[in-house]
Amino acid sequence: MGTQSFSDALGVDYGALAPLLIVLGGACVSVLIEAVLPLARRARVQLVFSLAVVVVALVTVIVRATGGAADVVVLAGALSVDAPSLFLWGTLLALAVPSLLLLADRSIEPGGTFVADPEALAEAQEKVLAGSRSPSGSGIDSHGVVARRGGSGPGSGDAGGAEPPLMHTEVFPFLLFALGGMLAFCASNDLLTMFVALEVLSLPLYLLCGLARRRRLLSQEAAVKYFLLGAFASAFFLYGVALLYGYAGSVRLSDIASAAAGPLRSDTLLFAGLALLVVGLMFKASVGPFHTWTPDVYQGAPTPVTAFMAACTKVAAFGAILRVFTVAFGTTALEWRGVLWAVAIASMVIGTVLGLTQTDLKRMVAYSSVAHAGFILIGCLAITPAGLSGTLFYLLAYGFTTIAILGLVSLVRSGDGEAGHLSGYAGLATRSPVVAAALSFCLLALAGVPLTSGFTAKFAVFSAGLADGMAPLVIVGLVCSAIAAFFYLRVIVMMYFSEPAPDGPTVSLPGPMTTIAITLGVVVTLLLGVVPTAALQWAGAGPFLG
Amino acid sequence: MSALLIVLVLLPLLGAAVVGGLVKAGRDAAATSSGFVVALVELVLTGVAWGLFDPAAPTRFQGESSVPWIPAFGVSFSLGVDGIALAMIALLAVLTPIVIAYTSFTRAAEKFPDDRGAGGFVALMLALQGVLVALFAATDVFVFYVAFEVMLVPMYFIIGRFGGARRQYAAVKFFLYSFLGGLIMLGSVIGIYVASGTRLGQATFDWAELQRLAASLPESTQILLFLGFFAAFAIKAPLVPLHTWLPDAGAQAPIGGGVILVGVLDKVGVFGFLRYCLPLFPLASQTLAPLVLVLSVIGVLYGALLAAMQTDMKRFVSYTSIAHFGFIGLGIFAFSQQAVAGSALYMVNHGISTAMLFLVVGMLAARGGSTQIADYGGVGKIAPVLSGLFLVAGLTTLSLPGTNSFVSEFLVLIGSWPREPVYTVIATVGIIFAALYVLWVYQRTMTGPLRGEAVVGGGPGAASARALAGGPGFADPVDTDPPSGTGTKARFGDLTGREIGVLAPLVLLIFLLGFFPQPVLDVINPAVSATMSEVGVPDPVGPNGVAR
Repeated sequence: MGTQSFSDALGVDYGALAPLLIVLGGACVSVLIEAVLPLARRARVQLVFSLAVVVVALVTVIVRATGGAADVVVLAGALSVDAPSLFLWGTLLALAVPSLLLLADRSIEPGGTFVADPEALAEAQEKVLAGSRSPSGSGIDSHGVVARRGGSGPGSGDAGGAEPPLMHTEVFPFLLFALGGMLAFCASNDLLTMFVALEVLSLPLYLLCGLARRRRLLSQEAAVKYFLLGAFASAFFLYGVALLYGYAGSVRLSDIASAAAGPLRSDTLLFAGLALLVVGLMFKASVGPFHTWTPDVYQGAPTPVTAFMAACTKVAAFGAILRVFTVAFGTTALEWRGVLWAVAIASMVIGTVLGLTQTDLKRMVAYSSVAHAGFILIGCLAITPAGLSGTLFYLLAYGFTTIAILGLVSLVRSGDGEAGHLSGYAGLATRSPVVAAALSFCLLALAGVPLTSGFTAKFAVFSAGLADGMAPLVIVGLVCSAIAAFFYLRVIVMMYFSEPAPDGPTVSLPGPMTTIAITLGVVVTLLLGVVPTAALQWAGAGPFLG
Repeated sequence: MSALLIVLVLLPLLGAAVVGGLVKAGRDAAATSSGFVVALVELVLTGVAWGLFDPAAPTRFQGESSVPWIPAFGVSFSLGVDGIALAMIALLAVLTPIVIAYTSFTRAAEKFPDDRGAGGFVALMLALQGVLVALFAATDVFVFYVAFEVMLVPMYFIIGRFGGARRQYAAVKFFLYSFLGGLIMLGSVIGIYVASGTRLGQATFDWAELQRLAASLPESTQILLFLGFFAAFAIKAPLVPLHTWLPDAGAQAPIGGGVILVGVLDKVGVFGFLRYCLPLFPLASQTLAPLVLVLSVIGVLYGALLAAMQTDMKRFVSYTSIAHFGFIGLGIFAFSQQAVAGSALYMVNHGISTAMLFLVVGMLAARGGSTQIADYGGVGKIAPVLSGLFLVAGLTTLSLPGTNSFVSEFLVLIGSWPREPVYTVIATVGIIFAALYVLWVYQRTMTGPLRGEAVVGGGPGAASARALAGGPGFADPVDTDPPSGTGTKARFGDLTGREIGVLAPLVLLIFLLGFFPQPVLDVINPAVSATMSEVGVPDPVGPNGVAR
């Protein structure tokens, strides 16, 4: 009579699948909302609905993780709901909350990044401004006022209406679909499911990148680049899957492992398949030499989308990498690990050295993410429980710090948009000490200064790597961390020790949603640095289900 | 005692938060005075801890306490002090209120860039003190490492926000050098952690357990791990090829920041040699001792030579410190009870004498508006007290008998002689150089006829102001005084009562420790003996006659 028997009857453990079903089902409903509700009411409804979906899914994950439910393989072996899956799901859903808030915020610039009709809005704003006072010298306060008043928008017409201008709300279903794809991606137990999940998560992301309504060219260029290179990487991935199927006669990860351990077969197929598979995965995780899309896309995409991508895509991609390495190729690790050492070193060195030369903050964050991908890869290569828990912890820590940084970046604006250039941050500490302090803290976390999550994470990953005999990699990692500290410091120097430029950028007063997102990121960064025990325990809750 | 240690860590941190809050509220005067009170309370509590410390106790650490922090990594927040750590904490406790008083309450109070008040400086100083106490009192290697890195942040902001003209460059250089060293050390910290995991079954960061374990590690492993720690400490100390950040940081830091930077923060390097390099890696320490000895002796000579060549007084003080750190390194790696005790005492004494020298230079610069040696001359005529205290600071820097530094330098040299006669002889040459560079600076600035832009040129900022105005041709009402006139004297002014009050405790300590070093030696010696037995080198002098 109960749910259990119902599940058994269909052979599907709905309890285990619940988070995934909630998110994907929510995405479908969200599409229907797009179709049914009038534009004026959609934004609010979509935001509340998406948040509710994500939070409910998150609660489901937490209930399952704390309830001690057994690890299961569901849907005829397609998905594996085990301890690492639950941690990754929890991380992804937790990161989706601040991402959604950033996406929905419309206070920083009138109408938000995804405003429906920027030209009409700009005209309306001109009119309002002409009616009130000269726009020069718009500091924090006046800018905030302008933003709110500009909010009367093209629809309502009367100045003083509190209604914010309309926004394109298809970002919400896109985000939910991408999130659903990510959840499936890092829990996939066979390569074909993984490929489908990869596409489900990628397509909405390509679209999201191109959706900026201002600076359209840059945004669309980023989307095209991301799409072309992403399609290429997907092809690599699929080719790898084909070769591995030829090798093992199955796409199940555990079957590949047992085939590799079984009677002698052609290693060429196995390792060629692995190589192609790795190219596809590394592309998504923006590792090492497969990173070329990262800076352009990070810079071109709307900042909230960049935040979502930087945090969540990395989590999902590394989740999948961990699973593939551990479950399918754990037994043959000694034979292929050397090559990936080279990839990890390349990633750390490229990210660090090129990061030094960047003058745009978003590009700098992009290269920093490449360097961090190298650090995370050290944890992935240590195929030990410590490596697994260290990597999972790293993903959680890195995600929140990155979201906070990109949220802060979106606040610092010059006349026509975000002040991407470093010089725009000169003297920020005098004008808005809180923003400068928060940004400094997050940058120190990326640099890996103790008492921030970045240090705890680095420590976990490096100690796992060293324990598994990867001393040279760890040394490269430490040296790269030291060099990378220079470009994080450069921003702090700009903010604290430089004179503000007279016509420099302004800092927008963030709306409540952006404030919550940034605060969440900063607080988690601090907590994971000072009291990381609970998160570390959850990350080390159990191994992959083979 | 264990509760007291925790209070000693937390009190300055809480004080920093309160002071920071007051600064934010715009109440700068309240901020500085409450910061001063906090520092005084800390000093009293440290005095109580000093009184409770029992030199005859059988255990190395006293006042131990331990709270689990990150069980997944085997990390506990463990505190406990031995004599050397207690001496460093006491030095810090003495210097912090002096620095705060100097910065906040004297006429010499510096003008910080952008007209910043002293409140922010005081808050950062208290935060730094809290972190440093945790660093010296840590008995968990992870906690030590965390403090080692975190202490860079307040110092970075002290230099970068309150420093001189090239403060940005100096602050970044300081941070990067130290952070690089710290990360190399992190490699070794992780290494010893992993080694403890494979050998003990349960990885740990507890200092005592690691000490027992490390003695059993093979020498090659010890050498690798030693080098990681050594790199960080050699940068911090600094030993010679890694010293270039110190003159920049010392010269660009505000005077108060310089006192703590050179007086206490750099001691973390030599403290690290004593607490971590020697006991944890005894075999490696002995094998690599010649390397350290060579670097130390080079430091003694090179630092002295460069000190003599400096044209800026703050850089001059920094270079004298490099020479002194050479002596400390020599004493530590000579492996004898006397030499090591001398080095430990030197750490305290050098802190006192450098603080004195920095502060006097600061007071001089506050009058002349310049730290260039060439801008001064004959100051003794118009400011005899300032000049006299400058001489006291100089004499303790050159280790005149009767001053504190003499005792420690002498202990280092006689302790090193039986084992390392060659290095000892070369280092002794450094003492002659010390007399040369100190007296030369004194002679150029304090004696002779009144001369120099800063003295006869019209007071603070006049030298630069006149340079801007296009030379002395412009009539300047202040400048009409003939040199050596009473106007110059009145304008320049001697030390005020408050300034003398700031310096008085230091002068007292200089002579007190010069004649009665025994109380400090009594506290230091048990820790020194413990270190010596952990290294496992027999004392060449036998049961020594100097201490105990």
